[in-house]
Amino acid sequence: MATVKPRLYEESKEELISGSEAVGIACALADVDVITAYPIRPYDTVMQYVSRLKADGAFDFDFIIAESEHSQFEIVKHASAVGARTFSGSSGVGWFYAFEAITVTAGLRMPVVAMVGNRALDDPGAFGVEHNDAMAVRDLGWHLYWVATAQEALDMALMAWRIAEDPTVLLPFALSCDGSFLTHSQAIVQVPSQDQVDRFLPPYKRGTLQLHPDNPITIAPQVNEDWLMEIRRQTDEAMRRTSAVIRQAHEEFREIFGRGDPSPFIEEFMCEDAEIILVGMGTLAMPTRVAVRRLRAAGKKVGFLRIKFFRPFAAEEVQEALGDAKAVAVIDRDYSYGSPSGGGVLFHELRSTLYPLDKRPLMLNFIAGLGGREVTVDDINMMTETAQKAIDTGKIEQETTWVSVRE
Amino acid sequence: MATVQDLPQITGVKNIPVEEFYNSGHRTCQGCESALVMRLMIKAAGQRTIVLGSTGCMYVANTTYYSTPWVVPWMHTQLGSAGSAATGTAAGLASMMRKGKMTQEPINVIAFCGDGGGVDMGLSAISAALQHDEYNLLIICYDNESYANTDIQASGSTPWGANTTFSPTGKDIRIMNTKQKKNMAPMIATGHPNMRFVATACASYGLDFNNKVRRALTIGGPTFIHCIDPCPKGWDYDPKYSHELGMLAIETGLWIQYEITDGELILNGPSRAIAKGIRKRKPVEEYLMRQGRFAHFLPEDIKFFQDKVEETWEKWWIPGLIPITPGQDD
Ligand SMILES: Cc1ncc(C[n+]2csc(CCOP(=O)(O)OP(=O)(O)O)c2C)c(N)n1
Ligand code: SF4
Ligand SMILES: [Mg+2]
Repeated sequence: MATVKPRLYEESKEELISGSEAVGIACALADVDVITAYPIRPYDTVMQYVSRLKADGAFDFDFIIAESEHSQFEIVKHASAVGARTFSGSSGVGWFYAFEAITVTAGLRMPVVAMVGNRALDDPGAFGVEHNDAMAVRDLGWHLYWVATAQEALDMALMAWRIAEDPTVLLPFALSCDGSFLTHSQAIVQVPSQDQVDRFLPPYKRGTLQLHPDNPITIAPQVNEDWLMEIRRQTDEAMRRTSAVIRQAHEEFREIFGRGDPSPFIEEFMCEDAEIILVGMGTLAMPTRVAVRRLRAAGKKVGFLRIKFFRPFAAEEVQEALGDAKAVAVIDRDYSYGSPSGGGVLFHELRSTLYPLDKRPLMLNFIAGLGGREVTVDDINMMTETAQKAIDTGKIEQETTWVSVRE
Repeated sequence: MATVQDLPQITGVKNIPVEEFYNSGHRTCQGCESALVMRLMIKAAGQRTIVLGSTGCMYVANTTYYSTPWVVPWMHTQLGSAGSAATGTAAGLASMMRKGKMTQEPINVIAFCGDGGGVDMGLSAISAALQHDEYNLLIICYDNESYANTDIQASGSTPWGANTTFSPTGKDIRIMNTKQKKNMAPMIATGHPNMRFVATACASYGLDFNNKVRRALTIGGPTFIHCIDPCPKGWDYDPKYSHELGMLAIETGLWIQYEITDGELILNGPSRAIAKGIRKRKPVEEYLMRQGRFAHFLPEDIKFFQDKVEETWEKWWIPGLIPITPGQDD
């Protein structure tokens, strides 16, 4: 007998919750069918939360405590193939332990939604945030989104299933949430009602791609050089198509839920007429906004651009936002040892995005906040001053600077 | 627990279903017994089945794009993921059926893996899958005793002394593979107290295997079958002897045919006759010397092997846990 779907939120209401709890509530509102868990800090708070919802009868789903992250992601991949809505997640080395499964999830076009509670890739042991874990999927066909607040975590989780499961997309979605700063910090979140969610999020339908005795297909046969390139190309085209799907979903989201930035891809904060624009992702938006507001009050033309979707990367919007700046200071909460100028991953993405412009801004890179070290307002001021100096002298003394690091 | 299909035991070769769900199109070697395992397995399970297959010969040689032999829904899974594939598929079906998102119906879920994928890499995932009493699933390990697809390398299930591309016989070292083959089915049976059915099988005894598959699929909960599969390429013999080698593996006592149902061990076929003293074990040399992979064996190696077989039969079965019943007379 089919059970009656428990309705967690009849009415939209405010809750004081952490980012992990916000994602957990989104799982319930989205009526996810299969969730797989394995313990690792800091992401696993979301699994503690959904297991509590299950225990209390507030949310009906198959909860599988896997014996490893590899199995965690293989299990949801296969559940997705038979048509189940799925959720999983990990952090740091756990995410890397699952990497084979994560890779094929995109290759097989399974719209799994995963929360990455960003964490340093120990050894040496460290729980704090770094972006290198989630960043590793950037080339594989995963949507990759960096969240800044608990509200955004809930909203984007709902968006994630809607976008990933779109029949013209069918690509997995990684929701990147800074460890501790987001996963564990509480904030007031407007939780939508079940009716609102039902209006926004249609059921997941795999159609002719569903693995079922009524539809006896063979999934992932051996293709070799005969067909692999065409299949890669199809994934590439799906990744291109998703931008329009994201825009459409974003518009409907704003209509139904009554909130959201103008753009789903980027957030511009005081960027208009700015000569120096800082660029970053995730929760470092908070100190950066504070610093920018103060600098503006002091008459400095400074702005902040937050990249939300790292994949797909909205190159044109970013060019538009940064094209008139004199200097761009990119803050990386990641590293890429041995890369050009030893810069971070975000920096290279930005430099490549701006290269086609006729007039290119000066570009500086700041590696900051690794392993969960706080990025402070003073740090942001230092970055702004360094950028100003580059503008004044027309010269960049040092392309990549490691911020507040013991020498 | 979800209901199971009505799959009665097959009472004789004449009653084996004629329908084939594993058809032409595969590209396995001539005489490949693993391919026969696939065919017999799905014949017994029938059309309302989802099959998940780990990387290995039964993926790479079997499932070429545009010429799949599978008539039933089939999906590849990663080398170490037979357990996770079965769990994920069963969980997805169960969840959606319970919530009314999919028509209620018992669908067989079978995941297979090779010895490399199951006895080595996927052991922990299989073990985890077999703890899920709430799902009906069957995991079949087809054991050709090497990483065959990658060119015959030694796995944890390769017999002691076998010549493989990672354990070649050299000028200095005759026996490179000094590991003893893992005792997979007993390890599974003893380690998972709630499992209701674990069996060993061999495609040379097709009906026995058919019926074991059916028992596994109808008893409820997670189940496991381990098959020994002669592999002409890896074992180095003329393909026409595959069946005979499978029989010899059992007649020499090297491979033991049994099933463990709710903790009770029952021997089948020649293994039962041997245990009851009706039949004598053939010397293991008869089996070894038919295969190129043991061609470098000296008399002392054959004796070592024979001694291990004696030890298996005389000293230990499945230590401590399972009462042995030789089985009923026919
Ligand atoms: C993670 C991973 N490591 C290695 C391989 C390479 N590989 C492909 S098939 C195979 C052999 C698997 O052996 P087994 O499971 O015994 O199956 P068989 O080929 O013998 O049928 C290997 C090692 C792989 N596909 N995936
Ligand atoms: S190498 Fe062995 S297992 Fe692989 S297809 Fe050939 S006979 Fe079958
Ligand atoms: Mg093998």
